[in-house]
Amino acid sequence: MMTVSTDRQWQGVAAENQDDVPQKVSLLLRERSRRLLGELLRPHRRAIARLVVVVLLSNVAGLSIPYLVALGIDTGIPALARGEGMGITLMIVGSILGAALAQALTRQAFLRISGRIGQDVLLELRRRVFTHFQRLSLSFHEKYTSGRVISRLTSDVEALAELLQAGFDGLVTAVLTLVGTAVMLLILDVHLGLVALAPLPLLFLATRWFRRQSALAYRRTRETVALVIVHFVESMTGIRAAQTFRREPRNQEIFEQLNEDYRAANARSMHLVAIFMPGIKLIGNVTIALVLVYGGWLAFRQEVTVGVLAAFLLYLRQFYEPMQEISQFYNTLQSAGAALEKLSGVLEEPPGVAEPEHPVPLPAARGAVTFAGVRFSYTPDIPILPELDLEIPAGQTVAVVGATGAGKTTVVKLISRFYDPVAGRVLLDGVDLRDLDEATLRRAVVMVTQENFLFSGTVADNIRFGRPDAPMADVVAAATAVGAHPFISGLPGGYEAEVGKRGGRMSAGQRQLVAFARAFLADPAVLILDEATSSLDVPSERLVQRALRTILAGRTAVIIAHRLSTVEIADRVLVMADGRVVEDGPPDRLIAASGRFAGLHTAWLESLSASG
Amino acid sequence: MSADDEPPSAPSASISLWRLRSYLRPYVGTLIVAWLAAILSIAASTVIPLVGREIIDGPVVRGDQGALLWLGALTLALGVVEAFLIFLRRWTQGFLVFGVETAIRNDLYAHLQRLPMSFHDEWQSGQLLSRATTDLSTIRRFFGFGALFLVMNILQLTTVTILLLRMHWPLGLLVAVSALPIVYVSIRFEHRYTVLSRQVQDEQGDLATIVEESALGIRTIKAFGRRGHVFGGYDEVAGKVYRTSMAKVRLGSRFFTFLEVIPNVTLALVLLLGAAAVAGGGLSLGTLVAFTTMVLQLAWPVAALGYILAMGQEAMTAADRVMEVLDTPPSIVGGPVVIERPRGHLRFEGVEFRFPGADRPVLRDVTLDVRPGETVAIVGATGSGKTTLTALVPRLADVTAGRVTIDGQDVRDLTLPALRSVVATAFEEPTLFSMSVRENVTLGHGQASEEEVRAALEVAQATFAYDLPWGLETRIGEQGMSLSGGQRQRLALARAVLGHPKILVLDDTLSALDVETEALVEEALRRVLADATGIVVAHRASTVLLADRVALLRDGTIAHVGTHHQLLNEVPEYRSLLAAEEVV
Ligand SMILES: Nc1ncnc2c1ncn2[C@@H]1O[C@H](COP(=O)(O)OP(=O)(O)O)[C@@H](O)[C@H]1O
Ligand SMILES: Nc1ncnc2c1ncn2[C@@H]1O[C@H](COP(=O)(O)OP(=O)(O)O)[C@@H](O)[C@H]1O
Ligand SMILES: [Mg+2]
Repeated sequence: MMTVSTDRQWQGVAAENQDDVPQKVSLLLRERSRRLLGELLRPHRRAIARLVVVVLLSNVAGLSIPYLVALGIDTGIPALARGEGMGITLMIVGSILGAALAQALTRQAFLRISGRIGQDVLLELRRRVFTHFQRLSLSFHEKYTSGRVISRLTSDVEALAELLQAGFDGLVTAVLTLVGTAVMLLILDVHLGLVALAPLPLLFLATRWFRRQSALAYRRTRETVALVIVHFVESMTGIRAAQTFRREPRNQEIFEQLNEDYRAANARSMHLVAIFMPGIKLIGNVTIALVLVYGGWLAFRQEVTVGVLAAFLLYLRQFYEPMQEISQFYNTLQSAGAALEKLSGVLEEPPGVAEPEHPVPLPAARGAVTFAGVRFSYTPDIPILPELDLEIPAGQTVAVVGATGAGKTTVVKLISRFYDPVAGRVLLDGVDLRDLDEATLRRAVVMVTQENFLFSGTVADNIRFGRPDAPMADVVAAATAVGAHPFISGLPGGYEAEVGKRGGRMSAGQRQLVAFARAFLADPAVLILDEATSSLDVPSERLVQRALRTILAGRTAVIIAHRLSTVEIADRVLVMADGRVVEDGPPDRLIAASGRFAGLHTAWLESLSASG
Repeated sequence: MSADDEPPSAPSASISLWRLRSYLRPYVGTLIVAWLAAILSIAASTVIPLVGREIIDGPVVRGDQGALLWLGALTLALGVVEAFLIFLRRWTQGFLVFGVETAIRNDLYAHLQRLPMSFHDEWQSGQLLSRATTDLSTIRRFFGFGALFLVMNILQLTTVTILLLRMHWPLGLLVAVSALPIVYVSIRFEHRYTVLSRQVQDEQGDLATIVEESALGIRTIKAFGRRGHVFGGYDEVAGKVYRTSMAKVRLGSRFFTFLEVIPNVTLALVLLLGAAAVAGGGLSLGTLVAFTTMVLQLAWPVAALGYILAMGQEAMTAADRVMEVLDTPPSIVGGPVVIERPRGHLRFEGVEFRFPGADRPVLRDVTLDVRPGETVAIVGATGSGKTTLTALVPRLADVTAGRVTIDGQDVRDLTLPALRSVVATAFEEPTLFSMSVRENVTLGHGQASEEEVRAALEVAQATFAYDLPWGLETRIGEQGMSLSGGQRQRLALARAVLGHPKILVLDDTLSALDVETEALVEEALRRVLADATGIVVAHRASTVLLADRVALLRDGTIAHVGTHHQLLNEVPEYRSLLAAEEVV
């Protein structure tokens, strides 16, 4: 029982930003990363098998070269000295050339195959993580922030790229060289070979020490870099406010602090390497000295030939050079491991708004919306909607009014299934939203929010976001309907004008109009407008309202607006306060009833009377 | 996006990297230690096989046991020294390279903060980010290892070649000549690799941009269920990165292989000729053994040369990308003047504003005098230039003709902190950060007192903040997304009125408020505006009434100025913009 709860507790991205995780959890995380790596590599089993063959060949060729050289010295030269001609020497030299060529060919094949595997894995990982982020719920994104999303998909993926590009290459060659060399050493001379291989346990111990230490260090690196990225992205996104309010010095201070943390984390892992790598080198060098003395002694007692001793020296170099590469690989592996830990955590996050296993088909939604005993809160203990029952028949236009913070937006977000209710059900045409697959739901329900996010690209691209396959004529028609056509045609390039980063080349009202056109083009059964006309001037707003009247015919609409002028097109008004519907009825009746709405209406009339 | 415009060019790239050398200055001592350690460790590793030769030629052949032990001890000592030197190099470099990277990143960030909005409007933070992270680590790796190994490798190659020449010059010459094809192929490779590595870097920046948009625009994407569509765009760029990287892999595979073949071929030739020489008596057996050992030792540095060159190329293009940003001059910099006691007399004098590259100005010949304490409402259709006009006051953009003055001083003559402490703006789209409510409100006034914060929140009717789970210390989600639209707007308003700015600019700041709250905010604002000069952009009659006068903006210029009632009676256009919304 206890185990289950700890496992749960560390699921997903929970371990991010935790410096110390319990030993057991760190095992869990490592296991998770390994599983992900395994999954990513599995489709490439055959390529990896081919890789192994190629590498084997390449190494056999590579290893044979010093052997051939030794052979040349031991047999070719005496033969020459005996006056037996160049025959043997030529043959050996020919073999060396052949081996060099074979090595070159296999090496090239190796680089290509491993390069391809690496890039394939990266592409797959990028796709997976991106898709998964898109699937995760808004509540996840609100907490996680875009900076961390970016950091996962850039710097973490790149850490893995390094492993796949450089690491793979180094490791496979190194391990094989190592094994091959060890075998050759033993074949050449068992005694001397054993002496040469004696320090292997030491290597093992050193590596284990390094693994423990560096796992921690690299974790810290990934975390600190994420914080740098988060601060960077957020302060660049909000640079306008930072400059206007003279926030730059403080931002600089924070950034330099985060940057310094990142530096310290990096320096720490680098220093671990600074101990580990020369340590390996030291073991190697001591071994070489031992072999020299012992081998020299053996040679001097005529127990080994000079050629064997020469070959031994060559091979020993070859033996400890790859050790450096293996430790380098190990280093990259640790760094990639930390990245994989984060990435696998993201992939493990369950989408808060899950897709149904057996979706109910809803080919032509009519647009009847029902709230049945819905309760909702963003954070536990703070109920936003205590208990909501609501029936919106298909085709009705409903205006929702109430003070800011009353929960209006929350209600419509539930209809769009941005969130799932804590209790109760939200139904579309009698089907629980949780039983509809995403495509069906989004086809039926579209919401225009206060935040009109435009993507960089052209105006037409942005309108087409509502229906990517729409022909140009439909795009223009949608823009015309909401009154955006005149200003769009006035832009240099018209519909093909670039809107700039986040639509920055347009005024806020213009962005709102484009967002409107986008929603109209989508042509949903239920259209939700949340404060969608707040940045428009009155004539533009009126134009939109006129358009709404035709567009909303035969469609369900939920409109949130503070300007009660919008309410005039509504069949029904809901007044909300503290998450409850306090008044409900046709507008004229509510006005007559002298309740809250009547009060709002009077206030609004007064605010208008200002205009004479 | 801007990154695509300039074609990569090798010469400017290498200059960019060279220009970053000044960041190494604080580390000159460290650098010398690291490099000395590196050179000495190479020397040690070169000498070890020579001792091997001594052992074979000396004790083994002559049967001298004492010498064997002595030489063995020497090898051991050399080995230990080598390992220590490597440790020293890596340890000192740990400080150096990350210190340099951090310093460049700090400067880059500082520079970005100085660059004007016109720059930030164009550059996606994804592109900026990839420069501040990926590119800087590429440069760091080169400074740390690439440059060192490049020099060390060349040193090692030359020393070994010289040793070989001295050992036996004909064979040595053969080895030296084998370098020629390497140099030739390297130069050709370098050029093509530069183009590819720049392309990958730019594409990675584009990818980061898409990721950023997909995260910031997640609500819109979800609202329309366009996951597939957005993924399509992402996948396309990811595919580009893939293909360019594969092209790099292919190019590299040819080049790296070539570099490995050459030493082996040389070795074969050395053996052939060396054997002949030994047989002819011109060369001792021990020398030939040492000679071949050394040639074999060349194989790795030569092969590594390929990787290092590739790394160098990447560092150069990365430096180029970083320099692109650092070289952009901050076009909006402060002047020398500080107004001691600002009165808040704001004047626009014949102001024209044109966005870079636009054929028509957005604003032209705007002249407006706002006396201290007066409030002027700016009214105009959507897109008429109201926001642009307000941005000119705190110099988020600079006029392209005419001038804006405060108390008779051109705003361009004031220091930026002075100017921006006189002017406070509430934007139409509130910009909030994922920090506490308090930090968001006191953005520019870190030292604001509890009472000041409360007063500002009260003016903006934003006291709801005290009821949040942790009160003012509650962290609001990114861009304040855990608040409702009206709540966000009110926090942004509170931020603007905090600290009693002399000039208060409100750009349609009440649009997301409900009527009741709006009325309360207006009442409070009226008190604030009594002591301040105000520019209020408004769509609603009720907001316009905050102002003493109204300026009607049409076609980028001020068509009429007057009181609300004057304009209402005299200007039909104004009437249609503001008059009676249709009543239920
Ligand atoms: N993502 C969120 N996380 C936590 N609290 C939220 C979130 N969104 C809204 N709230 C809170 O829920 C309440 C209702 O908000 P909302 O539905 O946006 O109100 P309205 O649209 O009526 O102005 C507010 O108090 C707000 O602070
Ligand atoms: N960064 C930009 N680059 C080019 N044109 C822009 C940019 N920002 C705004 N514009 C254009 O300038 C005009 C005025 O915009 P703005 O001042 O935001 O209008 P508003 O009066 O609605 O506040 C609009 O037509 C808009 O398209
Ligand atoms: Mg505006």
